[in-house]
Amino acid sequence: MSILQTPGSDGRFGEFGGRYVPETLVPACQELEAAFADAWNDPLFRADLDQLLREYAGRPSMITECHNLSEQLGIRLFLKREDLNHTGSHKINNVLGQVLLAKRMGKKRIVAETGAGQHGVASATAAALLGLECKVYMGEVDIARQELNVFRMRLLGSEVEAVTSGSRTLKDAVNEAMRDWVASVETTHYCLGSVMGPHPYPFMVRQFHRVIGDEAFVQMNDATGTSPDFVVACVGGGSNAMGIFSGFIDTPARLIGVEPAGGAAVSRGQPGVVHGMKSFLMQDEYGQVAEAHSISAGLDYPGVGPEHSYLASIGRAEYPTVTDDEVIAGFQLMSRSEGIIPALECAHAMAWISREAKNMQGKTVLMNLSGRGDKDVGQMMSILKDLT
Amino acid sequence: MTGRLEATLRTRIDGGGKCLVPYITGGYPGWADSVRACAANGADAIEIGIPFSDPVMDGPVIQKASQIALEAGATPVSIFQEIRTLDVGIPLAVMCYYNTVFHAGHERFASDLVAAGVSAAIVPDLPLEEAGDWCTAADAAGIETVMLAAPTAPDNRLPRVAERARGFVYSVGLLGVTGERAELALTATILAARVKKITNKPVLIGVGVSNALQAVEASRVADGVIMGASVVNRMMDGGSEAVGLFVAEVRAALDGATW
Repeated sequence: MSILQTPGSDGRFGEFGGRYVPETLVPACQELEAAFADAWNDPLFRADLDQLLREYAGRPSMITECHNLSEQLGIRLFLKREDLNHTGSHKINNVLGQVLLAKRMGKKRIVAETGAGQHGVASATAAALLGLECKVYMGEVDIARQELNVFRMRLLGSEVEAVTSGSRTLKDAVNEAMRDWVASVETTHYCLGSVMGPHPYPFMVRQFHRVIGDEAFVQMNDATGTSPDFVVACVGGGSNAMGIFSGFIDTPARLIGVEPAGGAAVSRGQPGVVHGMKSFLMQDEYGQVAEAHSISAGLDYPGVGPEHSYLASIGRAEYPTVTDDEVIAGFQLMSRSEGIIPALECAHAMAWISREAKNMQGKTVLMNLSGRGDKDVGQMMSILKDLT
Repeated sequence: MTGRLEATLRTRIDGGGKCLVPYITGGYPGWADSVRACAANGADAIEIGIPFSDPVMDGPVIQKASQIALEAGATPVSIFQEIRTLDVGIPLAVMCYYNTVFHAGHERFASDLVAAGVSAAIVPDLPLEEAGDWCTAADAAGIETVMLAAPTAPDNRLPRVAERARGFVYSVGLLGVTGERAELALTATILAARVKKITNKPVLIGVGVSNALQAVEASRVADGVIMGASVVNRMMDGGSEAVGLFVAEVRAALDGATW
């Protein structure tokens, strides 16, 4: 039996997951659960989605063997190139699926939260393509860090609203998107951007992203004749990691989800409930949710998707952390060695691989390069002053 | 067994009156005086909010009050300690988000409420399907768990919500978060009428009931109202005196209306 779970109506992965939402949203979540199950089993929906992924997003994404880094680090390193998708990250896989589903459900409008802006840009893109109104909530702090993505969303015809409550980052953007949804649920679909939130989101978003792992499984077999020894991805909410883990969960590969030291829900959190799910959560002694601190807006999240909590609890995946300084070094390492500027999120995975390479000599490592780094160049200019 | 909150509301209803339950954010500077002002001016029960870092059911007013309370150092423990000293003579309910309960542990949280003299709990992000463990602990401790009925609930859901509710059924006044509105939403009385049809428990409308006129309008169908943002706004602007005047005004309007 596969370790990859299909949750029942209680939305549980082991003890994690569930549906902790206000009563107003329960019928909407139930409706979404049924609509997703229906669509996922409908060959016509799947054909429409496959066509969009192929002809619009540019799938399948290739794998790239990193000869220079492999030689430097003493490992055999491959990248899954989600950075080459349309809009520059893996986020488009989930968004095309959800927006297509929202249209099928007769919704006229979507709302989305965004941290780094990648999910916001992807949502705005899909909404423009499929003709839905779109509003994106983004923390004030992140808006300042990612002004290019804010402009992109507006250019694509979406409204971007600054969230000024709480830590003014991703977690507060989720709160505000949920508040919008509570008020607009009859016409609006909440296009959640990660494998988190109330059931069916963690399951549904993982299903939309498992194309990453399914493709990579075949590609790695073609390239090496077997599965990799390590599969490495960064984890904020954890969607790119669940996407690639899905393809290798039943292989012997070690699955590594790299969290930022300042947002390490799995290694520093305890079980808790926020944003509709039970999962590992950074919180204080009274259950107040802690503010995450990461150089990367996309990983600045104190929680994690419930399936990751489950995989951690059964020991199937590991969740080490890296520091901001290691991430800055990883960002430069990949840029200089391979001519690929990674998103700061993915630089977390690079940082872990570079730090741990000494323990992986001769092993094959597959890293999910979930996004490109163009969006981070402005922020890095202020950090790497000697280059300017 | 009927708990203290339901019994108190029942007495008001049986006497031909309508129930008034104001909401006060616990831990906001001076909040205890505002609770006393509510009690002294005709509240039947009082809802005390335990501030949470991520209050998804709350609009800007209660968010702001919660943030100020948290910045002032409020914790569930400090609020419970102060509740113990209130001695207002009417039932108190806490409104808190589920992580506050879950983190403390169901049994411990229930016994903390009992020790503080609290009668009931309202947990707005704990819907029916997830409420089992908490309700078991609360029932055992004698804490009444108020359940929320939402305008989106289909007919086959409402009886299960009402059946599980203790104290009263919280009939959510509109699609949206807490906050003042210019008019009472049409959904408020439509839902309350649906709930009244399927339960004998008290049915109170909350969320979007903003002034005395709207309280009367809502009470034409419901057994009374919960008033949150309008009360908290007055607490933040004018302290306990403003709260007392407002509660007295609503009480007078409810008592003066013919039903």
